[in-house]
Amino acid sequence: MSALESRPTPPADLLVRGAHVLDPRAGINAPQDVLVRGGQIAELGAPGSLPDDGVEVVDGEGKHVFPGFVDPHVHLRTPGQEHKEDLDTGTRSAAAGGYVAVVAMPNTDPVVDNAPVLLSLREQARREARIPVGFLAAVTRGLGGEGLTEMAELRDAGALGFTDDGKPVHRAGILRKALQYQRLAGGVLCLHEEDPTLSGKGVMHEGDVSARLGLAGIPSVSESTLIARDAALARYEDGRIHIQHLSARESVEAVAAAKLAGVKITAEASPHHLTLTDQALLESLDTRLKMNPPLRTETDRQALVEGLRDGTIDCIATDHAPHAREEKEVPFEEAPMGTTGLETAFAAVYTELVLPGVLPLELVVDKLSTGAALLGLPLPAVQVGHSADFCLVDLEAEWEVGEHGYESRSENCCFSGRTLRGRVLATVAAGGIAYRERAFAVVA
Amino acid sequence: MRHLLSIEDLDRSAIERILDRAKSFTEVSEREIKKVPALRGRRVLNLFWEASTRTRSSFELAAKALSADVVNLSSSGSAIEKGESLKDTVQTLSAYRPDLIVIRSPHVGAAHLVAGWTDAAVVNAGDGKHEHPTQALLDVYALRDRIGSLDGANIWIVGDVMHSRVARSNIPAFMMLGADVTVCGPPTLIPRGIETLGCKVEYTLDRLPEADVVYALRMQNERMTDSFVPSIREYAARYQIDGRRLASRQVLMHPGPVNRGVELAAEVIDSPQAIIGQQVAAGVVVRMAVLYELLAGRGAPKTEPQTSIPVPA
Repeated sequence: MSALESRPTPPADLLVRGAHVLDPRAGINAPQDVLVRGGQIAELGAPGSLPDDGVEVVDGEGKHVFPGFVDPHVHLRTPGQEHKEDLDTGTRSAAAGGYVAVVAMPNTDPVVDNAPVLLSLREQARREARIPVGFLAAVTRGLGGEGLTEMAELRDAGALGFTDDGKPVHRAGILRKALQYQRLAGGVLCLHEEDPTLSGKGVMHEGDVSARLGLAGIPSVSESTLIARDAALARYEDGRIHIQHLSARESVEAVAAAKLAGVKITAEASPHHLTLTDQALLESLDTRLKMNPPLRTETDRQALVEGLRDGTIDCIATDHAPHAREEKEVPFEEAPMGTTGLETAFAAVYTELVLPGVLPLELVVDKLSTGAALLGLPLPAVQVGHSADFCLVDLEAEWEVGEHGYESRSENCCFSGRTLRGRVLATVAAGGIAYRERAFAVVA
Repeated sequence: MRHLLSIEDLDRSAIERILDRAKSFTEVSEREIKKVPALRGRRVLNLFWEASTRTRSSFELAAKALSADVVNLSSSGSAIEKGESLKDTVQTLSAYRPDLIVIRSPHVGAAHLVAGWTDAAVVNAGDGKHEHPTQALLDVYALRDRIGSLDGANIWIVGDVMHSRVARSNIPAFMMLGADVTVCGPPTLIPRGIETLGCKVEYTLDRLPEADVVYALRMQNERMTDSFVPSIREYAARYQIDGRRLASRQVLMHPGPVNRGVELAAEVIDSPQAIIGQQVAAGVVVRMAVLYELLAGRGAPKTEPQTSIPVPA
């Protein structure tokens, strides 16, 4: 993982005894002993078969081992907004959610729009990040939507790709030039799709619920029309685009149509868009439920689930967006957009979609890490010879979100107060132990 | 009922109970000494974080007529101007142990938030474009007074429904009392999905003669700048209620303040069909009834009357 940075961690020597290993890509779905030596997966074997000399032994019976999750879309708020999150707390939060790598967005202060900022951020990650972190750089200088960043130089400095996330690249002519420049620089263009002339002052999905609440709405077509435009541009320039946080049925249709037409396009959806709808706002106008794109209707939610199942949507990404308590404890219209999501991603999707039988566990485990491939990162695998990148999960454990606080510096989680099933007990990332649940007992 | 945050906190019987009590309070307003001791010793805070003439003055008069102690605060001249958050302001004022807080805010959901931050009962006096439940109650009161019962009445709400908290409280209130409601206005000012409240939607006044009651909404000039309507002139030509469009058998209502010559022509404002003045008058007695309901009526927290002054040991 060359462009990824994390602080040095001692390589783990570890035996996870008898956990059910589920690695859909490697075709493993059975109880196994997993032996880690020097941070590498040294051996897999039948439960109880591997020697435990000189390694820490973890009792995995009744638990699951999954390939570690990779999130292509998080906000670590560094530099400039460390009161919301920093590289330490953000990666601790990720590790607690079973993540072994995350990709941070460039809408920081200053914006990651030039090589010196990116290089210093990477250096900071080498001191502070608990799991590997990659960085996207901005498409336009200062996210201003006008002038292109020095994309080639940023790529040389380690940018995995480019995005103006938080904002669309509103001017088609600028996006076209970025797509042309991509031929030189490489790197995926990750797009936040929203037509500001349609979104206006909207603070939630436009529909029945916004009509009742008297809140300005963001129509679904604000997203889908821009996806259609950008897919056409990508096709014309033969560029590679990735659509961030799909929220609407129309958007899923637009991505499916583009894929059918042969456009090099991928897409992500978030756990909150896959499991919640704007009806939640009728129960409580909770600012933790305010995010962009907004929670939409049940029809939209089902279209996203279907898109994930049929491959229109390539991966699950949290759009982890921390905000300080005082920023969210204000009237709904005044609150900033965003919800945290790293610590709840697996449990939310497992509880709401796997347990009721809507989606198979294999598919969810797969989609929680496929974001890596989109950005050219290796996919975690529970296979001999691979770096140890996995999480140990108790699918039976039930927990109330937020009851014992969060690892993130912020607590604006849209699942707050909900009871979820599935708890991450430990995470091994890039060969080192990145997280261990407080109550999790170590056997030997 | 602990708070009045939304008209949906009430059902038909609760609305009727409040309106009947309001009726009984009209007698107070006709006395020389316009005061009864019903809420003596209770503290009422009026927080008006947005301009208001009628709502603010009628809440104050209502509280005083019931002998409560009232403090009025507005955003200008308060710590809000110094950047104090709504939460800090409410928690600070709650230290004065108010029994009831009336809140008017430009933000949707503000009254709900306040209710979560204080032990006092909370009355929503308008939260952004969301709701204005006491307006709905006084409108129903004034209308009942004129037509007897709302059952089966055909009520048209005409104008800028999108930006109207009055519409969002009045549609459910009128329907709870048995009326059929139609909203009418230019498509740009009718929010998508409003029909899920159970009302019909019309974009022209062609069928206005079918209405028994015409409730005109205030049309603000700034709607033109955001292209909700191309011009106020065209809006008035298509949607203004004037002497030609208003039949003699119809009742005309408006929440005020009126833009003369925009949503209403001058001749209908003072017409016998109009009950705009009665709506304003109803404001005091209806708000008296709401304060009474929350502090002394059914569902109000029981408090022991304190007869002696506690002496420190």
